[in-house]
This record gives sequence, structure tokens and C-alpha cells, in this order.
Amino acid sequence: MLTSTDLASPISLTLGLAAVTTIVLLLIGTPLAWWLARTESRWREAVATLVAMPLVLPPTVIGFYLLIALGPNGPGGALAGLWGARTLAFSFGGLVIGSIVYSLPFMVQPIRVALEAVGEEPIEAAMTLGAHRLQSFLRVAAPLARSGFFTGVILTFAHTVGEFGVVLMIGGNIPGQTKVLSISIYDFVERGEWASAHWLSLGMVAFAFVVVTATMLADRRFGRVTG
Amino acid sequence: MRLLRHVVLALAFAVGLAVSTTSGASATDVNAAVAANFTQVATTLAAAFEKATGNHVNLSFGATGTLYTQITQGGPFDVFLSADDKRTGTAIKDGVGVDGTEFTYAVGKVALYSPAIDVTDGVAVLKADAFQHIAIADPKAAPYGAAAMAVFDKLGLTAAVTPKIVTGENITQTQQFVDSGNAELGFVALSQVIGKPATQVWLPPQEDYPAIRQNAVLLKHGADNQAARDFLAFLKSDAGVAAIKAAGYEVE
Repeated sequence: MLTSTDLASPISLTLGLAAVTTIVLLLIGTPLAWWLARTESRWREAVATLVAMPLVLPPTVIGFYLLIALGPNGPGGALAGLWGARTLAFSFGGLVIGSIVYSLPFMVQPIRVALEAVGEEPIEAAMTLGAHRLQSFLRVAAPLARSGFFTGVILTFAHTVGEFGVVLMIGGNIPGQTKVLSISIYDFVERGEWASAHWLSLGMVAFAFVVVTATMLADRRFGRVTG
Repeated sequence: MRLLRHVVLALAFAVGLAVSTTSGASATDVNAAVAANFTQVATTLAAAFEKATGNHVNLSFGATGTLYTQITQGGPFDVFLSADDKRTGTAIKDGVGVDGTEFTYAVGKVALYSPAIDVTDGVAVLKADAFQHIAIADPKAAPYGAAAMAVFDKLGLTAAVTPKIVTGENITQTQQFVDSGNAELGFVALSQVIGKPATQVWLPPQEDYPAIRQNAVLLKHGADNQAARDFLAFLKSDAGVAAIKAAGYEVE
């Protein structure tokens, strides 16, 4: 039977992972999207392609290369050595890194598109009025592009909640550290405890429904730029 | 023109009919759902079976639980080679397995494997606790994982080792965690590491863990598939038993 410990740990872990990933991606995705939207550099489309890769690569491919990269023979192992660990796999930190790679396009793409839609004129107008680049971004471009930020945050959060393949490859299924909801459900199915699997799965379906509905309603209310 | 077209169509139909009826006498495919620990042996056995009978065996490997779920949901498998002796019985009870066809095809041995640490004295290595991660299969779903926990219990190390345990989705992934260096050591099936140097493999005494009896069963989907019955019989044949033993299993 599904106990409260069976539920509490994976749920808080999943929400925690999604929240941390979303915040980090917001911080690193925004400048990236801003650059992609505005640069004339010939590297632009190459970078854009790299950003979009996690959309097409199977999560098991991402997870496989992450397992090597996070391990003792890769950069992750070197980083982990700073605090005496051998690998970044099997840890919450490793999952965050994996989720950042996996959900990167879900944050960058919507923001990039929204920033491109702002166009040149408002920013040029702000600059002629004396705003420097950061001000023109923070006070002119970003508010105009807020629906893109909104979409990016919601999509990234929801996408990370649903993450399975990457976590399966690098997580090690440690209760309280890497055993997220999707893995929990999979475990219940494996063990033949289908009642528990049903409860968790229905919960996730309900959550997804609420998230998507909330997104659409909020977008209607806040996302549109009027006037 | 129309007559010609009709004649050609009729001829094609007749040829197709002839080919399809005579091909019943040639190769039939067998779809086998096989527990991950038996991967290498199953591949060898399938090749030998095809050489002997001309029938091809399509092997699908995975965790027993995953395979079983697929079978109960209509997966097109003719035979099921489980990692335990429970889910074949459940298959018969759930109506997807054919009564009377269940048998033990192998008795598995669990092995402690480490390419990084010399595990010749496995007990000392485990007690020394000088590792950060040890990989096992899920004890609640996989008998090799349960065997690992039994070995820890016997040595009184369960509390010390539990925080360091990482579990793989199946026994193959468990080995991958070790091979990729992320876990220094792990408990896998002996058949997965049988070719490795002696310093990399330690066999716990068999009385320290519950016997890993691996059962096979004919599935309802393959009830009319003679090649499927033949393949199960091949597992019990002298050639089959020899291959299974050579891979590190015992046969009852």
C-alpha cells in the first residue's frame, strides 16, 4: 500500500528538482536567449541548433553521455573531487545538471521568440532616451516579452517534473536523493504494485492538467501586452 | 487489356497463396521475453537453436517486472524466461501462461564485481567500507538484488552499506554503473562477469542468500507455436544445459 513516506519523498524531490532547474535555467537561459535574438554573429544558428538538440535526442542518449561526463573519467568526476566525491552521478546535483541540459530548449526557445518579437524599435527608442543595454533589457524588452518568460518557466517546470529517461540513466534510484516521482511509478510497476502505480500516475495526470490550464488562463490574463 | 490485368492478378494471388502455405513448413519465429541477466546465454542458445532447427528466436531483454507487465498487456511473446520462480507462476494464474509448461531452466549465482577494487576477499572489502557507491538491482523486484541484501544481512553490514546503495533499473544497468566507474563495485549475476579476471569477481557462499531459481514458461500467445515449445525443450537438452552451465549457472 502507498504510505505517506512513499509519497512525500518523491513528491518533494520532484518539485524541488523542477524548481531549482527552472530558476537556474531562467538565469542562464535569459542572456542566451537575448544573445540569440539580437546577435548578428555567424555562430548564431550553430548555437541555436545546439540549444535545440535536447528536443530531438532521446533522453537515454543524453543520460548515457551524462553518465560518462559526470563519472570519474569525466569533468563531473573532477569537479566532485573538490569535495572528496568520485562522481556527480547518483546525487541531486547530478540530476540538476542533467535537467538543465534536458530542459534547456524549453526555457531558451520561448524567450528568444518573444524577445525577437519585441523588435528593434522599442530598444532603440530607449537607448536614444539614455538607457544603457541592461536598462533597455530590464525595463523595456523583458516586460514586452513577458509571455515568453512565462511560457519558458511553466514549460521548464512541467518538463522537469516529467523527466524520466535522464534520471533513470544517472540517478541510481536513491530514496530521498534521486528517486523522483516518475521513477517511483516505474518501480511500482516493476514490482507488480499496480494500485500504487495507479494512484501516483493519476496524481501526475491531474497535476499536468492543472498546470496546463493555469498556464492558458494566466497567459490570457497577464501574458498579452495591451495598449 | 482488362483480361490481361485480371490474369496477372490471379496468377500473383495463386503464387502468393502457394508461397504462404509452403512457408509454414519452413522457419517459424519465436518471440522470447528474457530476463536481463540471461542476455549472453540466451543469445548463444538462440544461435545454436537456429542452426539446429532453422527457426529464428527474437530475443527481448529487460527487467523481469517490465517484461511481465508487457506480457499481461498483450505483448506478442511466445515464451517467458524469468529471473525468478514467482512470475512464471503468476503468469499461469493470470491466464497468460500455459499450465504445465513451467520449469526451472537455470539456478543463478550472484557475484560481487569490481574492476577497480581487488575483491578476492570480498568479505574484507565489504567490511572495510572503503567505497562511495555500491550498485545492486532493486531488491523488491529482482532476485539478484534480494540476494545482495541477503549477503549484507549475513555480514551484518546492512545499516552501514544502505546509504551507499544505488540501484539499476535492471541487472544490466547495475553492471553499467560499475563499468562506467560511477559505482566502485556492485552485485551482478555471475554470468555477466564470467570472463573477468579472478581479482574482479567474488562469489558469496550460496547458503548466504536465497536460491535464485529462474523459471521459464510457455505463454498463451505461443501455445500453438511448435517452434516455441521446441525452444523450451532445447533449454533442457544436453546442448542447452551445457551452454547454461558454461555461463555460470547451475541446472537442477
